Amino acid sequence: MSNEVKKKSPPDPNSAKFKLGKIATDAYVDAQAAKDRGEMVGWCSSNFPVEIPETLGLAVCYPENQAAGIAARGGGERLCNISEDDGYSNDICAYARINLAYAKIKDTPEQNMPEPDFLLCCNNICNCMIKWYENLAKDLNIPMIIIDIPFNPDYEVSDAQVAYVKAQFMEAIKQLEELTGKKWTEEKFKEVMEYSGRTSRAWLAATSEAKHTPSPFNGFDLLNHMAVMVTARGKKEAAEAMEVLHKEYLENVETGNSTFRAEEKHRIMFEGIACWPYLRATSTGLKSRGINMVTTIYADAFGFIYDDFDGMVKAYCNVPNAMNLEHARDKRVKLIKDNHVEGLLVHTNRSCKLWSGFMAEMSRQISEECDIPHVAFDGDQADPRNFSEAQYETRVQGLTEIMESKKGGC
Amino acid sequence: MELLVAGIGTVGAEKIMETVLKKAQLTGVDIDFVMATGYGRRNFDPAHGELSELSCHAKGVLFKNPQVRTIIDIGGQDAKVLRINDKGVMENFMMNDKCAAGTGRFLDVMANILQMPINELEKRAELAEKPAKISSTCTVFAESEVISQLATGETVENVIAGICNSVASRVAGLAKRVGIKEEVFMSGGVAQNGGVRQALEKELKVPIKWSEASQMMGALGAAISAYEQVKKRGVLNE
Ligand code: SF4
Repeated sequence: MSNEVKKKSPPDPNSAKFKLGKIATDAYVDAQAAKDRGEMVGWCSSNFPVEIPETLGLAVCYPENQAAGIAARGGGERLCNISEDDGYSNDICAYARINLAYAKIKDTPEQNMPEPDFLLCCNNICNCMIKWYENLAKDLNIPMIIIDIPFNPDYEVSDAQVAYVKAQFMEAIKQLEELTGKKWTEEKFKEVMEYSGRTSRAWLAATSEAKHTPSPFNGFDLLNHMAVMVTARGKKEAAEAMEVLHKEYLENVETGNSTFRAEEKHRIMFEGIACWPYLRATSTGLKSRGINMVTTIYADAFGFIYDDFDGMVKAYCNVPNAMNLEHARDKRVKLIKDNHVEGLLVHTNRSCKLWSGFMAEMSRQISEECDIPHVAFDGDQADPRNFSEAQYETRVQGLTEIMESKKGGC
Repeated sequence: MELLVAGIGTVGAEKIMETVLKKAQLTGVDIDFVMATGYGRRNFDPAHGELSELSCHAKGVLFKNPQVRTIIDIGGQDAKVLRINDKGVMENFMMNDKCAAGTGRFLDVMANILQMPINELEKRAELAEKPAKISSTCTVFAESEVISQLATGETVENVIAGICNSVASRVAGLAKRVGIKEEVFMSGGVAQNGGVRQALEKELKVPIKWSEASQMMGALGAAISAYEQVKKRGVLNE
């Protein structure tokens, strides 16, 4: 059994948790400060190459990140309703509905961000993104720069795909230079690439410490820390904070501590975006049964390791929602095997059609290959109307009982 | 075994405990272990343990039919398909998603608009000549579909057979995803409905076993696991 790590209050400013939390909060503060200085700021989709605005020295905000924050603080339904009243279908991704509502009302008690002067959109995550950003561009009357990275039906990324996407990266840089007056320099790009590599390596190393039993961390930590991986990978502070995180996990391994504050009886992989409006209910449902979610595909997905511009382009063609089923499955199988996972819990996320859509077949294949049970529950990353706690509980308990009986209990 | 209906929530369960003890001429102290199952299981204070209805149905069915490898349980609020391994242990399951389509509640609603008791559905479905197509997943929309089919002259029997087919096809989808392994057993209240059972056999192309006590399999499983718990502790009340 792992020893409990006592809750520190006030938070230790040298801890990774504090540093990572600060980076995530500062992103909004810095963007607002840039706006106040009269600089142009952008809104950016989560898998748009962050290296481009970072190298150009442009402040950007991430609507998906803001929507998650709003949903976690209880504002999801209110904002979804505003978009739906405007005619957006309830079937559209809740992040999109929340952000389109925010673009209209421009103020929420949960989390504000400065109004954008341009939009950066990349569809390597989903195609809903394109229409969402097009509508923003039209409503706010601002330019939208799009990088088209189509879903890759092949296992590997071809040279042709790299060439197609690279040309768009170059064009996006040119457009942004013209629009904002900022200049791309190779020197700065090298620096960003270096930090991005350091941050990614530390993230991969930290998350891989789940290979230890018990795991030195609660997997729900990753859901919070990944905000920095999405938005700030190319910053020096991010690299440093992630390295601290890895160090802390290593210390936990040595001392037998963990941020999972219960006895770790079972280890699962969680698939999908967190159910932000019900973060407590979903994590308590696991913790109360001694289930630690030791890994998620995010552990692998944000390991953006590359040595040059072409390598960066290739990395963005290889993000989870853009790769084919076999490749996506193999990545998960590796995480499951490396981290001694005993069960797979899948969030059938009503917002995210692409991700949830291929999970039915993928979980079947994973389950077969790894000989572990898989269970799916209905929910939504940000719209609280698509989740039922009693249904979740029954599924999680069923999963627990199968894992127990496989260990010879019950 | 007898089915007692005592409303919802934990008050219903307490009332049932009282009735059962009284009938068996026992008191609370005679009971070594109470196992709670079902949706209120975590809130039932007198329970010593709780087990999901998934495991309970598996235990109950396998106790009576050890050769079963697939269990289809259609209850009031959900539908589940359980896969049992060769050791007789549940190894995976799949439950209905999104809504109550394909569950007993769907049939309740339909019986209600047809103004007949639910156990009447089976007999009337057998008389169907050509089952109507009820395609809506949503219970409320299916309700209006039924009304409009009847209004356009479809026979009640054909509509009822269509309703049974609609439940069966939703659940067959789950069963196919879990993977059908014979023998297949149907538990839960809807097992009583021959219309749904036969439609499922047709969809899945396998014979489906059931019993008059199908609805009680969850309770039987809970009782067996309570017995196992007591045996593990080695103290059985005389
Ligand atoms: S649909 Fe999925 S991938 Fe697309 S924006 Fe929404 S959550 Fe992200």
